[in-house]
Formats: sequence, structure tokens, C-alpha cells
Amino acid sequence: MDFLLPANGLLFWQVVIFLALVLVLAKFAWKPILSSLKEREESIQNALDQAEKAKQEMASLKSDNEKLLKEAREERDKILRTARTAANQIHEEAQVAAKKTADKMIEDAKAVINTEKQAALRDVRAQVASFSLEIAEKLIKKNLANDKAQKELTETLINDLKLN
Amino acid sequence: MQSEIQTLAHFTMRKPFFTAIPVILTLFFIAAIGFPIYAQHEAGHHDTTHIQAGLDSAGATHAAETEKFSANEVIIEHVLDDHQWHFAEHLVLPLPIIVYSAERGLAVFSSSHFYDEHHHEIEYNGYKLEGRNIIFTATGEKVLDLSITKNVAMLFLTAAVLLYVLFAVARSYKRNPKKAPKGLQSFIEPVILFVRDEIVKPNLGHHTDKYLPYILTLFFFILFGNLLGLLPGSANLTGNIAITLSLAVLTFLITNFSGNAAYWKHIFWTPGVPLLLRIIILPVEIIGLFTKPFALTIRLFVAITAGHIVLLSLICMTFIFHSYIVGIGASVMVLFISLIEILVAAIQAYVFALFTSLYIGMATAEDEHH
Repeated sequence: MDFLLPANGLLFWQVVIFLALVLVLAKFAWKPILSSLKEREESIQNALDQAEKAKQEMASLKSDNEKLLKEAREERDKILRTARTAANQIHEEAQVAAKKTADKMIEDAKAVINTEKQAALRDVRAQVASFSLEIAEKLIKKNLANDKAQKELTETLINDLKLN
Repeated sequence: MQSEIQTLAHFTMRKPFFTAIPVILTLFFIAAIGFPIYAQHEAGHHDTTHIQAGLDSAGATHAAETEKFSANEVIIEHVLDDHQWHFAEHLVLPLPIIVYSAERGLAVFSSSHFYDEHHHEIEYNGYKLEGRNIIFTATGEKVLDLSITKNVAMLFLTAAVLLYVLFAVARSYKRNPKKAPKGLQSFIEPVILFVRDEIVKPNLGHHTDKYLPYILTLFFFILFGNLLGLLPGSANLTGNIAITLSLAVLTFLITNFSGNAAYWKHIFWTPGVPLLLRIIILPVEIIGLFTKPFALTIRLFVAITAGHIVLLSLICMTFIFHSYIVGIGASVMVLFISLIEILVAAIQAYVFALFTSLYIGMATAEDEHH
């Protein structure tokens, strides 16, 4: 059972050598190895993160562009719509105004025509009256050349008056 | 390979019990092969002829030409530590002996002084090898032995390989920062990331950075130790209980020194437990403190040692039976078991690191953790 008994010398050397190994390797091997591994991992991670970020930025840029485009389109539509309504309104207003003016002109014209007509009628009436008077004068002058006729007329007129 | 480790690790993540299978398998093999040989070894000590039971069954014809081949000696010699590095029959590397005693102070000399030209053990300068201990020849007392033994040499080698590989990787990170990994770097990086993201982070959360260097070192030390231990001629470093015990004790110390109020409260005054039950719960909790490092120690030690014993037993069978057919069969089996051992090497490193981060995570978790 020799091999179950640890030898002092070997225990001593093992502890010394192993502790020395741990210290030396920790300082000169593990430290540079682990730190450069970590560094490399971090740089890979960073690169991946940046790629992801760039991708996201691209996507957001694209969506921004689309949004902008959409907004522009909406703006355009809105402008067109307002323009159309404005045009319509102006058109309608113009129509109404024109109609009003036309109506007024017609009205005026009618009024003028009426006045003119009245005036003309008045003129015609006056003329007719004067013509009638002249005719009547002439007739009367001719009819009433004798007394008998004058008398008859007077009687007729008086009869007419009584009837009225 | 890296993907294999990852798939393996993911596999084990999903099914923690899977990790137990190779261990159970190797344990079964020890039971089947290792222990009888070990038992023979025990018997062999008393019976100086060193003739194996296996040899007897192989045929009496070979008995005459038996060189004193003893599988148990080969295996036990490999599994245990030694003061010299025995590669092959005549290829032995003497290692430095460092002993200290209050009476005689520090002494450093080569382990070759303990052997004469016939490889017999002799005394040197008042010191003598007795088994695997160094004693004073005069008094027979044990001295403090800090020798560079086979396992200590293996430990230096493992540490050197670890430093070389990880410094090279660290350098390539400094040379081309923020670039895709290349070469060795791309082999080690997934393992580091796996330890960080799958073992430490789920258990330690925002404490990860603080404990990560320790757990990474632990993981790579065990992994490299296990894999280097599989090389022919190398020592059974991570299958030595002194190694696993030191690692487990370090984890134990770190766990308990970083334990927060909630952790200690949970141990000494477990919330929501009736008073009478506390009499039972308290000792259980306190024992639980120590079973954790104990389990860590034994698990790694057994898994690796068992693997080595199985491999060597299979190889030794060829020499026991003196047969080509057994040799071919054993080689196929050795290949198969070696592949399993590579798997076990990774799994045990993973398990040790996982349990370490689990324990530290439990000790540092915030209050709502139960």
C-alpha cells in the first residue's frame, strides 16, 4: 500500500511548483490570453452591434423617407383639395355675382324700358289727344257751322251728363 | 482534436455519469488483472524465488529458463516514485538526492551513490535507502527527503512543457491581437474558452475572473500531466497521491478561505432544519467539508494509476506467457486501453476543474442559493 502514502518530498515540490505555476501563468499567460480573448470578443460584439445599429438606422431612414413622402403626398392632396374648393367657390361666387349683375342689369333695363314706354305712351297719348283735338276742332268747326247743329250737340252733351 | 475535446466535454456535460464509466472500467481491470499480480507481489516478497503463478501455468518447460521477471515489480516500480529514473534495463538516470536533518543539515548528492556497479543498494555518507525512504544507517531514523525523485523530475518537465506551450500561446496573442487564432493558439484557445465558459462561468458567475487563472492552471496541469504520463518511459505523475492530494488541498483552502457568510451559515446553522436534526446535520456538514478534497484526491489518483496498472499488466502478460499470440493480443488491448486513457486524461482534468469550480462556486454563492 506504498502508493497510498503521500511522500513528503513530492508534496513539498508539488505545492511549490504548482503555486509558482499558478502565479507565473496567471501573470504571463492567462492575463494576456484572457484579456485579448475578451478584447477580441468585445470587438466582434461591437462590430455586430454596429452592423445592427446601421441596419436599424437604414430602416429608420427608409421609414422616415416613406413618412416624408407620404406627408408630402398628403400635403399635395390637401393643397389640391383646397385649391379645388377655392376655385369652385370663386367660380360659384363669380357666377352668383354675374347673375346678380345680369339680373340687376335686366331689372334696370326693364325699368328703363318701362319708363321709356310710359314716356312714349304718354307722348303718344298726348299726341293722340292733340291729334284728336285738332280733328275734333276741325270736325266741330265744320259741324258747328250752323246753329241747329250747335243746339243738337249741346242737348246731346246735356243728356250724357244727366245719364252720368 | 480540439473539436474532439469539445464534443467529449459537451458529452460529459450532458451526462455527468459518463465520466464514471472509464473509471469503473479501469477499476474493473485492476480487479481483474492488477490485484492478482499485486497479491503475487506480496507473496513474492516472502517467497524469494520470484516465480510467478502465471509462469507456472504457462508451462513447466519455460520454468528452467526463467529470468527473474516479475510483473508486479515492473508495475509497482512504474506506479510508485523512485530516486532514479529507470528507462530500460541499462538505461538509468540517476537523480539528485536532497536530504535534510536537524543533526546533519542539508545534504545534496547523486542517487547513483546508493548503488554499486551490480545495482545493489549500498550506504553513502551515513545515509541508506530503505525501500523508498532514506534513513540514517546508524540510527535507522528517517530523514526529511526533498530529493528530485522521478516524479519531481516529471513535475519539472510537466511544468516546463506547460510554461513553454502557454507562453508560446500568450506570445501569439500579443503578436496579433484581435486576429483569428493560428497554429498552437487555435488548438489551445477552444480549451481555454471551454474551461472559462462551460466549467467556471456557470459555477462562479461574476467571480469568474478571480478564480479563472487558478482553475485554468489546474486544468492544464492535470491534462498535460495525464497526457505526458502516458508517454513510454515517463513517470506516473498525476497518478501519485501526493500530487492529487496537494491539488485537492489547495482547492480546499481556496474554497474555505473564499467562503462567505452564507456558506458558513449553511454549514453550522443550516437554514430551515429542525433543531433536533441539527445534531445530525452539523457533523455531516463538517465531514462534507473534508470529503470533497478527499474525493478529488482519490478520483484523479485512482483513475490515472488504474489506467497505468492496466496498461502495464497487459504489456507484462506477453512476458509472463512468453507467447507471440498473447503479445499480439496484448498489443491490441494496450492500443485500445491507451485510447481510453487519452479520453480519461481529458475527462479527469475536466472533472477536477469542474468540481473545483463547483466547490468554490458553492462557497461564494449569494444567500438565496440553497
